[in-house]
Amino acid sequence: MTWLLVVMIAGYGIGAVGALTLGRSLFVRAAATSGAIIGAGAAFILGSANLLSGQTLTIQISDILPITGFALRLDGLGAFFLVVIGLLGVPVALYSFGYSAAYEGRYSLRLIGAMLNGLLLTLSLQVMADNALTFLLLWETMSLSAYWLVVTEHDQPGTLQAGGWYIAMTHIGFAALVAMFLLLSGGDAMSTSFAAMRANALTLAPLARDAVFLLALFGFGSKAGVVPLHVWLPMAHPVAPSHVSALMSGVVIKMGIYGLLRVTLDLLGGGPAWWGALVLAVGTVTALLGVLYALMEHDLKRLLAFHSVENIGIILIGIGAGLIFRSYGLMALATLGFIGGLYHTINHASFKGLLFLGAGSVLHATGTRNMEEMGGLIKRMPWTALFFLIGAAAISALPPLNGFVSEWLVFQALLGGFNIPVPEVAVAFPLAVGMLALTSGLAAACFVKAFGISFLAIPRSHEAEHAHEAPLSMRIGMAILALACIALGLAPFSVVPLLGGVLAGLGGLPDTRSVFTLDLMVQAPAGFAQVSPTWIGLGLLILLALIPLVMRLMHVNRKRRVSDTWGCGRIGQTPRMEYTATSFAEPLRRVFAELYRPTKELSIDFHPESKYFVKSIKYSSRITPLFDRVLYDPLLRLIQRISRQVRRIQTGSLHLYLMYVAVILILLLIAARWF
Amino acid sequence: MPALFKKIFQTGIVTEPLGPDEAEIIQLVGQVNQKTQRLLGRALAIREVDAGSCNGCEIEITGLTGPVYDSERFGIHFVASPRHADMLLVTGPVTRNMEVPLRKTYEATPDPKLVVAVGDCARTCGVFKSSYAVVGSVDKVIPVDVFIPGCPPEPADILRGILAALDRMPKKRI
Amino acid sequence: MIVTGYVLEIAQVALALLLAPGLAGFVRWLKARFQNRRGAPPWQPYFELRKLFGKEVVMSNNASWLFRVAPYIIFASTVTVTLLVPMIVAPLALDGMGDLLMVVYLLLLGTFFLALAGLDPGTAFGGMGASREMTVAAIAEPTIALAIFSLALSAGSTNLGRIVTQELANPAVTVSPGHLLALAALFIVTLAETGRLPVDNPATHLELTMIHEAMILEYSGRYLALIEWASWLKLTIFFTLLANLFVPWGIATTFDPAALTLAVLALIVKLAVLGGIVAVVETRVAKLRLFRVPELLGASFVLALLAVTSSFLLK
Ligand code: SF4
Repeated sequence: MTWLLVVMIAGYGIGAVGALTLGRSLFVRAAATSGAIIGAGAAFILGSANLLSGQTLTIQISDILPITGFALRLDGLGAFFLVVIGLLGVPVALYSFGYSAAYEGRYSLRLIGAMLNGLLLTLSLQVMADNALTFLLLWETMSLSAYWLVVTEHDQPGTLQAGGWYIAMTHIGFAALVAMFLLLSGGDAMSTSFAAMRANALTLAPLARDAVFLLALFGFGSKAGVVPLHVWLPMAHPVAPSHVSALMSGVVIKMGIYGLLRVTLDLLGGGPAWWGALVLAVGTVTALLGVLYALMEHDLKRLLAFHSVENIGIILIGIGAGLIFRSYGLMALATLGFIGGLYHTINHASFKGLLFLGAGSVLHATGTRNMEEMGGLIKRMPWTALFFLIGAAAISALPPLNGFVSEWLVFQALLGGFNIPVPEVAVAFPLAVGMLALTSGLAAACFVKAFGISFLAIPRSHEAEHAHEAPLSMRIGMAILALACIALGLAPFSVVPLLGGVLAGLGGLPDTRSVFTLDLMVQAPAGFAQVSPTWIGLGLLILLALIPLVMRLMHVNRKRRVSDTWGCGRIGQTPRMEYTATSFAEPLRRVFAELYRPTKELSIDFHPESKYFVKSIKYSSRITPLFDRVLYDPLLRLIQRISRQVRRIQTGSLHLYLMYVAVILILLLIAARWF
Repeated sequence: MPALFKKIFQTGIVTEPLGPDEAEIIQLVGQVNQKTQRLLGRALAIREVDAGSCNGCEIEITGLTGPVYDSERFGIHFVASPRHADMLLVTGPVTRNMEVPLRKTYEATPDPKLVVAVGDCARTCGVFKSSYAVVGSVDKVIPVDVFIPGCPPEPADILRGILAALDRMPKKRI
Repeated sequence: MIVTGYVLEIAQVALALLLAPGLAGFVRWLKARFQNRRGAPPWQPYFELRKLFGKEVVMSNNASWLFRVAPYIIFASTVTVTLLVPMIVAPLALDGMGDLLMVVYLLLLGTFFLALAGLDPGTAFGGMGASREMTVAAIAEPTIALAIFSLALSAGSTNLGRIVTQELANPAVTVSPGHLLALAALFIVTLAETGRLPVDNPATHLELTMIHEAMILEYSGRYLALIEWASWLKLTIFFTLLANLFVPWGIATTFDPAALTLAVLALIVKLAVLGGIVAVVETRVAKLRLFRVPELLGASFVLALLAVTSSFLLK
């Protein structure tokens, strides 16, 4: 299997080097795409081979890094995430070939191509890192290459600011991770290998373990986009090129999930129930707030970004439930929770990747992200519309697509909550069930809006009117992910046991490969419940074929006539008569007004002669997200105030600065003398 | 709540016979059953179009759906969209503003369909004749199957007219 | 034995398809009687279906292929649900194919496409209906989930056949406070999900007050027939859930012909009783303002939460 690793690294390497060195822009794009496809393809195969065989791959290169060397080890958990990276990497690479053509002459294609390969490389290696230094090094490289990709369109308003937020949040998280690894290694530089940490974690004081867990939740949470650390996500994802958004949303933020699992489950070996309860609570809040803000969003890519927040929440609900069950020794249920979380991870990568690519095609065709200026695209871009519809149905958890399966697993894990002997903890589970159900209901509403307003009815702008279908490479990229959504939905019976294998042995979880298998079915432990999306999918298909057939046999009137839209007899229909995204979301905005606190502004311009004639009416309404209001705005104000104070001592006079240096030096000398 | 239902049961069914003599009603109901059963599956959906009436006719038509005349017992009901309708019930002279909407409503109604023009206005423009705001009678704008005379016609007459229209049905394509 | 099971599945689907228009017609007839009218006979909806299937389709020129496909998806997803809900016999041969969550999400699949089809022609009414329908569906979701939780808690499964057989084996469960509260919660949700008063008025002609009807204003002919049939079927499904999950008696547990006949009769009686209750409710209450509906559903959520907690504490 080592050769696959070599192929993977070589593929990415060729892609990056080729993109940087080749001359014509077509070659640059081709090199970046083919390199990334080879690399991601090899990553996918390597991951799958590892999952199927269950072998671990270990590689140690001592000379690259000081102290512990560059250590790679691919186990089941890493292999699973590697599969996710490969699954998304290939279509994204393919898509980027067509998508980045529009960047020619405006932005550096070389940088985009090289950074794409760099990002994929660091991601693929990240999940194999086997010591703290390797992990942190790759983590930082990944963050930085993602940053360069995010700020590709640097001359667009808001891009640099979004990049700034991203890099700031990710570094705050990074600081937490450094502290976490320091604690885990017990301050001993030689024991930063994960194996040593695993041993060391057992001897740590409970308080230190708690601290490690909290730092991990904070550090990885900032990457994953957990509320309230999610603020960078809805800023950075929309401004990035769409294939990068897909990659960011599909896998980069999943690294936060990977890290959290790696540290809490693998290195720490699980913990007390309140860890799980905290993750569960954070997950529930993240899911609900994510979808609630998505509903109010009319920028298609920002809407999708908020949905990434929501789905991270759902994943965390599964993981949180798993951690709680594990702490009570309910191993089968714990595995179910973790399987739900992991399954949702790969599902989210496929449907959110698909949706971002679809949104990218729309942006490519219309030049706008504003849903209020779209409409009627289903006729102009039929393939993109079909793929986007599949993604929208999948993310809304509609059977027989993949979103349903993972949400079902998470639901079943939560339903097992009554097995917990402590009522105070157990009572959290029905609440989580309710909130998860609300989340998925709202997500369905949101995607009816997203698809309905953008793709259906009549075009709302000139650009939408003249939209064109995406080029072939982009369509194939989307098709691969659409097929993945369908396959993952129809064949959960083959995925679930694999995930059971991934989890076997992590944090003392048993090997549940045999428990969860049943022909064409998915089953919760102890026969609690079972479903078969495969059969349901088949049944739906048969019925869809049967209904028209029966109707023909019954001599149903088959005439169809096309006529004007019925509008109570009015003469013509213009886009201004259509329902808008804002009006679609209005009922929910009223229902949740307490949370949104919308501000309204209405200004009416009257005719100078008489106030019975109105010249124009301007209505604007805004909502400020909760955490911007209560957390970030005050924080930023505080930082600004402090900065202003600090500026006083920074006068620009060289003499003064020299004096500062002297004073500090003297103080340090005194201090050194003292201690 | 008990009071409400007590009243309901005390009142009993108030739906009345349609004409002065019972034989006529029985005949009428029989006709409706036969005709509509065969032609429109005993389920007739009506879309009402006010093409410019004085609303006198509308008041009578509304009477059809009330408990006394209760057109629903024959499977006749009013719908909210011409897409769901089998019959257009048009009242009044067609005014300039309603000419296009009336045509559009006719176009929007799926075949097989019928048009019944209710009231004298619909046929002759009545007191509104030669007004500058009036285009003309209903049949100038869309093909009409049956005219129901009266200013305004009684609900029973309207019902009879609807039946007469159903009679014409075989001649149209179905 | 196995073959009989599958034959029964198909028989049950046929039964549901046959009963659904009758149930809707029965409620309408009863309501007419409560209005002191003679009303259309209960079998009126069958005539309506036959008529609609015989009419041509008029489509909006703005509509896309989605508008044409949606009726089939809505109908197919609703019919698939009838494969899973035990109407006359429990457990069904296909009981393991899907549980209550599958039922809920299959119905959501239909709602999803109905809302999209409402948006497709680009009319303001269609969009309005779609927006309202999705709002109501989303807010009703947590109540359904919690009611499922509470049922699963006492039965030890979310698969419908298991819930029914567990209750038959252990009748005391059905009168436990958790069960009764869940029943109340699910009844409110049923009214909301099937578009009955006080959430939506099935007999309205005023576009501005519509929810379900507003989405299908553009449909005609066979498409309309499929959608109407599916919505009647949905009503039947929700009634059957209320009837057989909370009062399971009468349902057959064997394939004995006598038991099956009895089960069909019991089902019809139960549906009629529920239809009667709905007719009484619809006669008594007025339609709520749209923005009061969340309060009603919020109340049902609280009921469901109480149901879960009480089943929890009494377990
Ligand atoms: S026929 Fe008579 S009642 Fe009817 S619209 Fe004309 S004037 Fe009014």
